[in-house]
Amino acid sequence: MTNLEKYTKVFMDTFGITEEQTKGLEYRSIKEWDSVGHMQLITALEDAFGIMMDTDDIIDLSSFEKGKEILAKYEVEIK
Amino acid sequence: MRWKLSNFKENLSVILEGNVKLSYEDLQKATDQLAEHIPDRCLIFSLCSNTIGSLLGYISFINHRIVPLMLDAHINRELLYSLMENYKPDYFWLPSSMANEFGHFKEIFSIYKYSLIKTPYTKEFPLYEDLALLLTTSGSTGSPKLVRQSYKNIKANTESIVKYLELNETERPITTLPMSYTYGLSIINSHLYVGASIILTEKSLMDREFWHLFKEYEATSFGGVPYTYEILDKLRFFRMELPSLRTMTQAGGKLSLKLHKKFAEYALENGKHFVVMYGQTEATARMSYLPYEKSLEKCGSIGIPIPNGSFSLIDEDGNEINEPDVTGELVYKGDNVTLGYAECGSDLIKGDEFKGKLYTGDLAKRDSDGYYYIVGRKKRFLKIYGNRVSLDETEQIIKSQFDFDCACSGMDDIMYVFITDMSRIDDVKKFLSEKTGLNHLAFKVKYIPSIPKNDSGKILYSALEEYYD
Repeated sequence: MTNLEKYTKVFMDTFGITEEQTKGLEYRSIKEWDSVGHMQLITALEDAFGIMMDTDDIIDLSSFEKGKEILAKYEVEIK
Repeated sequence: MRWKLSNFKENLSVILEGNVKLSYEDLQKATDQLAEHIPDRCLIFSLCSNTIGSLLGYISFINHRIVPLMLDAHINRELLYSLMENYKPDYFWLPSSMANEFGHFKEIFSIYKYSLIKTPYTKEFPLYEDLALLLTTSGSTGSPKLVRQSYKNIKANTESIVKYLELNETERPITTLPMSYTYGLSIINSHLYVGASIILTEKSLMDREFWHLFKEYEATSFGGVPYTYEILDKLRFFRMELPSLRTMTQAGGKLSLKLHKKFAEYALENGKHFVVMYGQTEATARMSYLPYEKSLEKCGSIGIPIPNGSFSLIDEDGNEINEPDVTGELVYKGDNVTLGYAECGSDLIKGDEFKGKLYTGDLAKRDSDGYYYIVGRKKRFLKIYGNRVSLDETEQIIKSQFDFDCACSGMDDIMYVFITDMSRIDDVKKFLSEKTGLNHLAFKVKYIPSIPKNDSGKILYSALEEYYD
């Protein structure tokens, strides 16, 4: 599985959505991605890529696209 | 019971995003203006948010003997309409952005982005003279059952809280809990009472703006349910620089021992106070607190009764337990024990039914130093993100929607829902999330071929535990 596939799958599993729905997805744009969903997403991303994110990055991860940039800081290239 | 806003005229009452600040005098003016439009002893549905409009409505209602039912502005609409039919309120007080939903009713006043809407009802049910406020019990499953709080209850509980938390006008709590929730409301009550400044925000801990407000306006305290503390831990809270923070309080369910210890240690090392507390809507809010100096030594304890309250433990025959470390039902006595419940409009005339004594339904024990520990529950409900959710009511709403058998059990923050139709797992999950307004992650829906039952047809919940993850 590529990192992009892994990354997309975390979003799909956490929020119970399709691959199509991950496109352009933002924090609070669906009801599943509320503060509870956000914490679950962070945990799932950390587990999937074996990283520990900083507070600022956890808060800044506000969209599907933004998450890719943030993970790059942890040397996880999403492509 | 009245908020004495004029005692603190010059003090800041509320701080909002965008550097908006209101004094107690400003607040007084706005609350008086609103009250001019509402006769006293009316029933009003207040759709709450952590905004100035919502807050000034609440203060105005209490000070002018108007009785609000406090509901979350995001309440499921079906549930809202069923409550309306059941209780026939005279007015709605709601965010102006929602007013068009009630376009068929008349908007008669508006201030700070909140609107007063007149319903077709006028004093349909008489209200008991000391009835101050109504709150839902487990609103999320759609039960119309409300708790009736009196003016005396609010005053008694507020004074106790002010005393044990040693609150004064220099405090600046930041909101983390809804005003329609007894814990969130008690924070507002106790700080208004001493003339402190409340930082009101709709933002959550997960928003950058929340932490910006926290630092900019030097918040001194916040409250949280167990889930809040899990988020804080995840957010690497212990690495944050928060010099203005003095006190963190916790209630709304039992915090894991691990997190209790972690936050207690952090507080003791950094000169902050971490106060674990226990309460119920039926007791206005608080019944006990663990003094911050004991937070580590008595880790896992709900502490001691609040000032002017007392606990006892009773066995199954109703006899008082006097020996330490013996489990029994926790019983509380105090002036903050509410009047009782209402299930329909005609119950609003009822007087004091609990008579100062509350059977909590929680099983507890007391150590030899007099500290209490919750060990279980008599009733079948879970606390999910701080909300009480009845397992039996959840089973009922599933059965009313679907045509298969089901059983609900689990632990706080995770409800297991067992169903006998494999193809409907996602449907049930979605249905429950919509109905309760809780994130779908709170529900683990699992298929089993049949629900285990005994000979008389009662569900064997203990047999379901082997299916837990």
